[in-house]
Amino acid sequence: MKLYCLSGHPTLPCNVLKFKSTTIMLDCGLDMTSTLNFLPLPLVQSPRLSNLPGWSLKDGNAFLDKELKECSGHVFVDSVPEFCLPETELIDLSTVDVILISNYHCMMALPYITEHTGFTGTVYATEPSVQIGRLLMEELVNFIERVPKAQSASLWKNKDIQRLLPSPLKDAVEVSTWRRCYTMQEVNSALSKIQLVGYSQKIELFGAVQVTPLSSGYALGSSNWIIQSHYEKVSYVSGSSLLTTHPQPMDQASLKNSDVLILTGLTQIPTANPDSMVGEFCSNLSQTVRNGGNVLVPCYPSGVIYDLLECLYQYIDSAGLSSIPFYFISPVANSSLEFSQIFAEWLCHNKQTKVYLPEPPFPHAELIQTNKLKHYPSIHGDFSNDFRQPCVVFTGHPSLRFGDVVHFMELWGKSSLNTVIFTEPDFSYLEALAPYQPLAMKCIYCPIDTRLNFIQVSKLLKEVQPLHVVCPEQYTQPPPAQSHRIDLMIDCQPPAMSYRRAEVLALPFKRRYEKIEIMPELADSLVPMEIKPGVSLATVSAVLHTKDNKHILQPPPRPAQPTGGKKRKRASDDIPDCKVLKPLLSGSIPVEQFVQTLEKSTQHPPVPFLLEQHGFSDIKVEDTAKGHIVLLQEAETLIQIEEDSTHIICDNDEMLRMIRIPRIPLSSKLRCLCLK
Amino acid sequence: MPEIRVTPLGAGQDVGRSCILVSIAGKNVMLDCGMHMGFSDDRRFPDFSYITRSGRLTDFLDCVIISHFHLDHCGALPYFSEMVGYDGPIYMTQPTQAICPILLEDYRKIAVDKKGEANFFTSQMIKDCMKKVVAVHLHQTVQVDDELEIKAYYAGHVLGAAMFQIKVGSESVVYTGDYNMTPDRHLGAAWIDKCRPNLLITESTYATTIRDSKRCRERDFLKKVHETVERGGKVLIPVFALGRAQELCILLETFWERMDLKAPIYFSTGLTEKANHYYKLFIPWTNQKIRKTFVQRNMFEFKHIKAFDRAFADSPGPMVVFATPGMLHAGQSLQIFRKWAGNEKNMGTVGHKILSGQRKLEMEGRQVLEVKMQVEYMSFSAHADAKGIMQLVGQAEPENVLLVHGEAKKMEFLKQKIEQEFRVSCYMPANGETVTLPTSPSIPVGISLGLLKREMAQGLLPDAKKPRLLHGTLIMKDSNFRLVSSEQALKELGLAEHQLRFTCRVHLHDTRKEQETAVRVYSHLKSVLKDHCVQHLPDGSVTVESILIQAAAHSEDPGTKVLLVSWTYQDEELGSYLTSLLKKGLPQAS
Repeated sequence: MKLYCLSGHPTLPCNVLKFKSTTIMLDCGLDMTSTLNFLPLPLVQSPRLSNLPGWSLKDGNAFLDKELKECSGHVFVDSVPEFCLPETELIDLSTVDVILISNYHCMMALPYITEHTGFTGTVYATEPSVQIGRLLMEELVNFIERVPKAQSASLWKNKDIQRLLPSPLKDAVEVSTWRRCYTMQEVNSALSKIQLVGYSQKIELFGAVQVTPLSSGYALGSSNWIIQSHYEKVSYVSGSSLLTTHPQPMDQASLKNSDVLILTGLTQIPTANPDSMVGEFCSNLSQTVRNGGNVLVPCYPSGVIYDLLECLYQYIDSAGLSSIPFYFISPVANSSLEFSQIFAEWLCHNKQTKVYLPEPPFPHAELIQTNKLKHYPSIHGDFSNDFRQPCVVFTGHPSLRFGDVVHFMELWGKSSLNTVIFTEPDFSYLEALAPYQPLAMKCIYCPIDTRLNFIQVSKLLKEVQPLHVVCPEQYTQPPPAQSHRIDLMIDCQPPAMSYRRAEVLALPFKRRYEKIEIMPELADSLVPMEIKPGVSLATVSAVLHTKDNKHILQPPPRPAQPTGGKKRKRASDDIPDCKVLKPLLSGSIPVEQFVQTLEKSTQHPPVPFLLEQHGFSDIKVEDTAKGHIVLLQEAETLIQIEEDSTHIICDNDEMLRMIRIPRIPLSSKLRCLCLK
Repeated sequence: MPEIRVTPLGAGQDVGRSCILVSIAGKNVMLDCGMHMGFSDDRRFPDFSYITRSGRLTDFLDCVIISHFHLDHCGALPYFSEMVGYDGPIYMTQPTQAICPILLEDYRKIAVDKKGEANFFTSQMIKDCMKKVVAVHLHQTVQVDDELEIKAYYAGHVLGAAMFQIKVGSESVVYTGDYNMTPDRHLGAAWIDKCRPNLLITESTYATTIRDSKRCRERDFLKKVHETVERGGKVLIPVFALGRAQELCILLETFWERMDLKAPIYFSTGLTEKANHYYKLFIPWTNQKIRKTFVQRNMFEFKHIKAFDRAFADSPGPMVVFATPGMLHAGQSLQIFRKWAGNEKNMGTVGHKILSGQRKLEMEGRQVLEVKMQVEYMSFSAHADAKGIMQLVGQAEPENVLLVHGEAKKMEFLKQKIEQEFRVSCYMPANGETVTLPTSPSIPVGISLGLLKREMAQGLLPDAKKPRLLHGTLIMKDSNFRLVSSEQALKELGLAEHQLRFTCRVHLHDTRKEQETAVRVYSHLKSVLKDHCVQHLPDGSVTVESILIQAAAHSEDPGTKVLLVSWTYQDEELGSYLTSLLKKGLPQAS
């Protein structure tokens, strides 16, 4: 069993597991931090951005000044933003049989994988993952396509030139593989390859492997996956949460007894407590608004925003904010708010019970009804008429490189009355703000990441006791900025196996058994013998049938009755296949009983010491040093019997046929071993 | 011999009071717990004393499954769990769980408040009963206990209707509940995978009907409603608050919009708005079209359909009113019917669930009232027709089929058809009658990968003429069964192997020396056994694979040589073959 690691980003994983003749891709996350190296795409012509000076080398060479612009000491690529794709060369992606999606954030690279690699398999995801994933992709495509940019920079990617650039451009990895955003057509085609699954649904892959999504507690429809055969179990844990927010709680019990547990998607801010971050968010928000300033919240159109709106719902009146308008601006704002209300079965218990009343599970329905929350597809159109300040705006994209957020940054950045509050943990807020410097507006960083922290991980691992843990290398050492915090890493025994981008891991797995079905007729014919108390044996001779990776044992066909002389002759002329396997014999032969059997006539042969012919009358037994010699004079046959061996010597091989194995009474206790 | 036993306590050759007991691999499951609309005495509920007369039901049943919210499938549930007494799990889908208690409460009100029945279940009992419910999601495998698992499939009959697979080990039963194989205006079509159950228990309401296309019936319905409204008449549509009502509302709503009609449409009870709300929240359970467009336009937010007030019934001019209950036997629909029946301009339809005894009820009403209004009977009920049932049987590929929820005569017809077409046995037990199906489950064991691979390496498809046998030893320790190679079994159990060797003497007329005889034997065997490894060893012996052949002089007859052919038990066939081959003599030396 092997694991091919295609992404180095611990929260946007993309791994391929080869397990029992199946090739399973686990997530396909898209690393969007690459866009931080690009200039923002303004919705409205921005004189500031368009007048940024071109960057030139130390020696004054300015041949890159069309591609690279400088802003407050940072250098940015002036081009359509590009994303860092998972590795596509490490494994032939057309051989991938299935892709398992754990949550909507971890499927953003799907169109790159399914559309241009020869992929012909199936993608499995829950309905909320697909619907919200579609919204995220739609928003992304919309943000980028509605601001067409003629310029596409590529000169700077040249390895020799990249070396000369300042950080972080100099250190950007795999720039040659960075790609522009996909189109809506590619998104639709990719999503059409998805098959919807429900939690705890058992999905058979080619009869060899069974995969099952489990609730992971992180987002609507987010799942961990069990990949198992009858004797091996791999758990894939990706983006899980133990906090009580809106999604269904995490299913931990089903992760028990794993041989291997692949652990990805832990919190990106292990030192921040989500609850206190929410508190900080609310107090900063109300303070700014009370002072007459505006609040900008860069966010994704789904996820934490539901929780923030719910907090505000409870907070607005007590904080005296009832008159302040809340705007949610995204091309998919309406869809996101609507979809959140129809996925009752994927929600936590509290919210589920609401639909029995029947009431919408999220209170933002009421915020919309009472006009406190308004949503718009973009700043153009209705919004410009309704826009009132001071206000609170939720809008994307959290990278601050595209989307309506760029407009608000330009609009509000110069006033210290305004505040931008970062809640999404995916991007470094300082890097996100870099192209807007110098800024007068206040910047508050309250990242809300509900995914597992290291304390929770260690509890979880103690609880589910996997034999081996596999994780990204980032989790096996403290964060670079806090190298003394050895509590901020995975601590388990045996130590976790770590992987990095483009690595192939051989997982410590020894498969020893496989399921096989014994057909009832065969089972009926078996004669079990108790060897030790509680342990029975039965010899099995059967025909193996294998179909669709399922194995069945059927009873051996009855020997064909010889129908005519000719046929029999031909049959005996056939050279037998020497590979026919025989049952193994064990035990010793009780001589007296053996002789008695040989003497007996065969009128009522005791099974299985069956003798078809007449009994022998002239048997002599001689004792030897190691055992006995039995002589059948009439048949000119000599049988040497020792503890662990028997040798039959005769002239006539017809005789041999007669004294064949089933007829030799091995010690009755073990005879089952030689039953034919 | 293991067996599956099925006993209908209701819905056996009958429609109504669905309640079927299934025993499978030692597990007892009750499918549905319905009431019978045709009776108001003891017979309206299933006879649970069949399960046990003295013991507690909880001890006899592993679980109860409810297929959908119609009262003939869940109406007896509070009586069963709270009055007879059952504390085990009750499984149903989330929409069923949401809507079921509302209909039960409605049913209770009519029975107790209007008909004045005593000893009926109370509101509290409905609540307590619902606390025992566990929600299941589509396709989720629910582990009832370590062995028994159930799985729900989409049935498309009403919102949240499901078919259930009940599985223990390799044995399984599928119960369809009520289902619909063609998508309608608000629900999708039933679907099941090729799960090959031992038994498929299917409803058979429309066992003999092949229904015309839904479009035609819809057009017919709209035309008649339109005509009535055009001539200033009033249209009464008695319906159940949930289910077909929503479908007809969508139909009329879109028609009104397209034709730009102004006549008001009313929905009679307060329940309806609530009902529509359920549909809005359970969008994932509706059909694909509604799911795709709900963000732009939620189909269950009706523009033309307004709440009905009793006073409206006397207002002049045309109108359309949806009123509950659907059977016209009580409540608002009956009141409006009384008011409007006298005028031939008006029209009433019955968009109903098929219920026995119902038509009589209408007849009484007509006689008393001298109905002058036109009465149209239109069936929009979403059951699979004969074609649909056959289609589902084809999808699931069961080994046996059992018919419930239909009339005996029609079942008979369908039974023959199923037996002919699918070559499977089909049963149609009456209530209280038990069908027993012997099963022969295969036994799953673990085979050591070494043994399996050794076998697979020799080719995947065994030759039909020369079947190859796999030999191994089955080790049975407690409930752990493992099939390993005999060597491994001996090793694991600390036993020694017993060597068995055969030696056969073959006499040959050959005056030459032993060595030369050996050479002749070697060249003969070499030419005959082309695929085998034949060797002439330096000590003068000849081997074929592991079979040893030695030539020796005869003690008495110098013209005869003795060949000693020796082999182990493992090579028995080849050894025997060589002996008989050598007995035929050697070809003349050239």
